[in-house]
Amino acid sequence: MTTPSDQSDHGKPADGKRHIFDNPKNVWRIIYALHAICAVSILAEFFIHRHVYHSWESLFGFYGIYGFVACVILVLFAKEMRRVLMRREDYYDE
Amino acid sequence: MSSVAPFLVFFVGAILVAVTSGVPRAIILLAIPVIGAANLLGTAPGVGGLVSLFDYTLILVYADKLSLLFGYLFHLAAFIGVIFSLHVKDRVQPVAAILYSGSAMGVVFAGDLITLFVFWELLAVTSVFLILARQSQRATQAAIRYLLIQVGSGFLLLAGILIRAWETGSITVEPIALEGLSAWLIFLAIGIKCCFPLLHNWLTDAYPEATPTGTVFLSAFTTKVAVYVLARCFAGTELLVYIGATMAMFPIFYAVIENDLRRVLAYSLINQVGFMVCGIGIGTALAINGAAAHAFSHVIYKALLFMSMGAVLYRTGKINGSELGGLYKSMPWTAGFCIVGAASISAFPLFSGFISKSMVLTAALKEGHPIVWLALLFASAGVFHHAGIKIPYFAFFAHDSGIRTKEAPPNMLIAMALAAAICIFIGVYPWPLYSLLPFPVDYAPYTAEHVLTQSQLLFFSALAFVWLNLTHLYPPELPSVNIDAEWSYRKALPAIGLAVLAIGRRVRAVALRTATRVLRQIHAAIYRQSGPQGALARTWPTGNMAFWTTVVLAMVLILSYV
Repeated sequence: MTTPSDQSDHGKPADGKRHIFDNPKNVWRIIYALHAICAVSILAEFFIHRHVYHSWESLFGFYGIYGFVACVILVLFAKEMRRVLMRREDYYDE
Repeated sequence: MSSVAPFLVFFVGAILVAVTSGVPRAIILLAIPVIGAANLLGTAPGVGGLVSLFDYTLILVYADKLSLLFGYLFHLAAFIGVIFSLHVKDRVQPVAAILYSGSAMGVVFAGDLITLFVFWELLAVTSVFLILARQSQRATQAAIRYLLIQVGSGFLLLAGILIRAWETGSITVEPIALEGLSAWLIFLAIGIKCCFPLLHNWLTDAYPEATPTGTVFLSAFTTKVAVYVLARCFAGTELLVYIGATMAMFPIFYAVIENDLRRVLAYSLINQVGFMVCGIGIGTALAINGAAAHAFSHVIYKALLFMSMGAVLYRTGKINGSELGGLYKSMPWTAGFCIVGAASISAFPLFSGFISKSMVLTAALKEGHPIVWLALLFASAGVFHHAGIKIPYFAFFAHDSGIRTKEAPPNMLIAMALAAAICIFIGVYPWPLYSLLPFPVDYAPYTAEHVLTQSQLLFFSALAFVWLNLTHLYPPELPSVNIDAEWSYRKALPAIGLAVLAIGRRVRAVALRTATRVLRQIHAAIYRQSGPQGALARTWPTGNMAFWTTVVLAMVLILSYV
């Protein structure tokens, strides 16, 4: 899932061969496929009855929404943690 | 019982490994877990290997479904680890790895707490060589910290066992109520090895410093031995539900910002053990089954992930996310196996995590822990994010680092292929594993709704990763260390020690100055009295002497007449 912008400074592959993700089109194909799968998994909820153990689960698309929100919170919070926790690599060697 | 104690196969094997080299050594190494497994298959459930020690009877082999499950698992893990490390030339590592594996068997089949303690300490003493073998200053220092903490855990355990034996007269490995000093000491000792929050840092400190092959063994045994003992002694202890949920939650935040990819895996190891601890805390048949099944899945996929990163480290000499990338071009097989491990730890349908982790989540919801369930669900999404995507992405894809190297050696590829095959087999066909679980399994993993909900959770987590990357909100991999609980003993404690020393020096200086002044004053006073000019040292004329003698004699004369 290399983003196309990552490739800009690597026009020529180091070993002279072109690999599958050297072509940005292939990266975008995977990203589009992921969007399609996400859409299908949400739409599938119309056809598959979910047994609900807890009222929170009854929200339409609960697992998808929760997974997305959880990951965004996780990453953004972890990023903020860096302000407090991050030190130089040789921090403990001093 | 016709079979021998499982640890004996390994301990005897270790002696043979120590005195051989080359092909014979490789054959012996491979034969040890195979013979051990055959021995285990012939081990009937029950008690064996009784040894008398003073007033107590030691039970070297206690076999039931739970100990046999962990026994099979550890033999499998040892076998995979041996294949992965067949290329290692030095003598210390294989011997240490086999003794370490044997010690794990010793704990799992220990029927009494004394035997358990002996192997508990052997686990620490044998495994430290897998870290020392890295032969760097960093690794040596990490190994010393590791050993101190592990032996400390053993010390607490021994204290707890002795008090318990004195109070109850029992040294049997049995359920313990979490009350009283002895129970808490034992609980804490297990908690250290199990990586309870704040007691966890030895693992993320030491495991990434071990050799590429050493970490594969380390990841399999110590924490899972602790999980096993926890399941034996403290199943159903409610506190564990919350400890487990915390363990599942906090390491994923560290994993997102950690640069050393083997340290990322170490954090996710704690996160996965959190699910097991939580299941043990819930304590129902479903939850305990879930914890045991997850331990089984986990050991294999975690070993697979550590093997793939070990192969990367072995080939490139690098392991930081900031220095890697694009390795799928030179190590396609390793990348593929890594993705299988990543899919398994993320609990994708058809991979091993899917059929075990959900048992714990379902149990949490059924037993009325909705908040804990939400936390575990958060951790499930998070583990996919940092272990499932981050590890393969930053090592094998992402920004091409320009590194071109060779594919991993054949023995490493075979070990990874075997582990990957087991991950898929358990995921596709979980019933053999289910039949080994301690309680009868009444759980169907492959319902349409389970596949649907888990797919939604994972695909939308992946979507979040893609969007965060495209919008450049995703934190870049940076060469750095992140402060964790170890800060308390690697920075604060030395700093406090230095401060105490500095204060001591100040006190000493002040005391010396004061003492010098007082002594000088005393000296001056004495000098005034007894010095050359002092009253007591003054010379008197003889006339005075005669005069005063006369006075005294006169007084005597007068008084004698009165």
